Amino acid sequence: MSPELWSLYALMLKSRLFEEAIAKLWHDGLISGEMHLGTGEEAIIAGVVSQLQDGDAIALDHRGTAALLMRGVDPVLILRELLGYPDGLCGGMGGHMHLLSKAHLAASSGIVGATGPAAVGFALAAQYQRPGTIAVAFFGEGAVNQGMLMESMNLASVWQLPVLFVCKDDGWAITTQSDTVTAGNVIERARGLGIPAVDVDGGNVSDVWEAAHSAIERARSGRGPTFLHARCVHIEGHFLGFHLLRVVRDPLRELPTIVSPLTRSLLRPGGAAWRERLAGLKTVCAAVLSTLRDPRRDSAHDPVCRVRTTMQSDPPHLQELEERVEQEIGDVLSTALAQVPP
Amino acid sequence: MRTICFTQAIDDALAQAMADDPRILVFGEDTPLLRRDLLARFGPARVRGTPISEGAFLGAAVSAAMAGLRPVVEVYMVDFLGVCMDAVLNHAAKIKTFSGGTWTAPVVVRAPCGGGYGDGGQHEQSLWGWLAHIPGLTVLVPSTPADAGGLMLAALQHDGPVIFLEHKLLSETWLEFLGSGGRRTVQYDVPVEGAKGAVPQRWEPLPIGKAVLRRTGSDIAIVSVGVGVHRATEAARALESEGISAAVLDLRTVSPLDKTAVRDMVAQTGRLLVVDEDYEGFGLSGELSAVVLEAGLTCTYARVCTQTTIPYARRLEDQVLPNSSRICAAARQLVSS
Repeated sequence: MSPELWSLYALMLKSRLFEEAIAKLWHDGLISGEMHLGTGEEAIIAGVVSQLQDGDAIALDHRGTAALLMRGVDPVLILRELLGYPDGLCGGMGGHMHLLSKAHLAASSGIVGATGPAAVGFALAAQYQRPGTIAVAFFGEGAVNQGMLMESMNLASVWQLPVLFVCKDDGWAITTQSDTVTAGNVIERARGLGIPAVDVDGGNVSDVWEAAHSAIERARSGRGPTFLHARCVHIEGHFLGFHLLRVVRDPLRELPTIVSPLTRSLLRPGGAAWRERLAGLKTVCAAVLSTLRDPRRDSAHDPVCRVRTTMQSDPPHLQELEERVEQEIGDVLSTALAQVPP
Repeated sequence: MRTICFTQAIDDALAQAMADDPRILVFGEDTPLLRRDLLARFGPARVRGTPISEGAFLGAAVSAAMAGLRPVVEVYMVDFLGVCMDAVLNHAAKIKTFSGGTWTAPVVVRAPCGGGYGDGGQHEQSLWGWLAHIPGLTVLVPSTPADAGGLMLAALQHDGPVIFLEHKLLSETWLEFLGSGGRRTVQYDVPVEGAKGAVPQRWEPLPIGKAVLRRTGSDIAIVSVGVGVHRATEAARALESEGISAAVLDLRTVSPLDKTAVRDMVAQTGRLLVVDEDYEGFGLSGELSAVVLEAGLTCTYARVCTQTTIPYARRLEDQVLPNSSRICAAARQLVSS
């Protein structure tokens, strides 16, 4: 089988436009707290979620909006939840990090690594009650050092549970570069636990779809878990208003509040020798410099742009699809924003 | 004296202690950037970033403390202690007793806590009652910059495990990092006296387990901690115009609890109103009623606490977290009953 690229592109574009609308509402102050968008992950999410069926479960991290949308949860309900309205998906009680849809067996958590055990439990219920159905765990590479995730991979392996562990690797655990805090190789870790592991380009939806297809078939037929490692970029960084990106995008506004206390502290008597201090300063500067060189600044790494370039062969079809999706998201927005609760 | 912000005060006191005591190390998730000023002064050997592995780095902090270091270990939010509670509950808190009093674990666990910025019920809890429930832990909840710095210094000199909770609504940096994200389109009900204030040039440790009277009053004693102190003070001002004189006692330390101060206040007023942002059941508010009952004092009692999981929606959250109108209503009822 091969992926149906037009429908995958439609899912990805829909998700992108939806999340861009969320970003605007957040910037306007209509959505509170943190906001972790899935922009940049769309190929991974679409490649996996498009193959789920009734009875399959998904465990989502703090960045689960795109997956819920693609799974078929009503975007109006999602948006009204993010706006904190009483008729939102979770009655305004959950917010974007804690979105739950019982009908879709989809549960989000803001606790890093918690999707591992959650998916294993969903998979146990699947194996016992609904053979042929599966569970998916989405998490970032920052979560692979969380004990509960490693423990749940072991459990899935020894119980041969129908789980797809999907590691969305953007290389950053909030402001920490993951390779500086992660020993060895995450793919080898999974293999060390007896789980087949596949490495794919998470910016290429066809590659993700094909890898996920084999893994899901394997899980459905009772042959146990698979670990899917997919590299991606987070276009907005860890969350909206992400400090490192703000520094790079608007240095004149952001740098003075950082540089002056940093310099004062660097020069204060009492503390480490100069060599140590400079090593400390270098660490801070390195984080900013890596952001400057960050692949997320290059549209060549944008999964939506990448799949679109492969579809230019049929411009009328492409135009029709994009107009339809834009119209659909426009309608979602106007419906979701139409009635402000008293 | 100088005037500085809440988190700035904590970091300033921490820096002073680090300059004096080379055994102090600071580590946690994203610490190199979050505590970049300390990193630039004390270097990467003493200010370290960790993987997202709370069980490992908090557990390691406990035994590093047992082996002679004075680690300050930082978790992103107190809610996430759920991930590594074993190190706190079964190890840090127990070492002194298990060793017959011969060995201690002087670790400081620093964690942002509290709500009021719409981040949802998994990221806005207080949990000091849950932690103070465990014998062997010291739990500090400062409400002003001066107390925050002074108590951090006290924590660093204390000979056992300390949980140091930093309310996000008082912390300019956490509120910016997790709440506004640089937006100017959102507002928060930040208590001004708690977010910024006068602090000494050189920090001195504050006594652990010593409450402070924020406001005198003769009709009713309001006892609180953290942001609740400021909500209570706001309510006390409003009650004054209605002819109700309310004292406000800031516990500053949840464990050990300043029972004497509580008993004195209740003996003077005959009415106890507890304002607690932590959960109502089985926590600080109930503990305070026990303190009064055990002392044989007679008083009327009410509490304004968080009763449910904190809702994400700002409007609902404002109703669930203690606010001055709920405090005023409870006070009026106590006085009229």
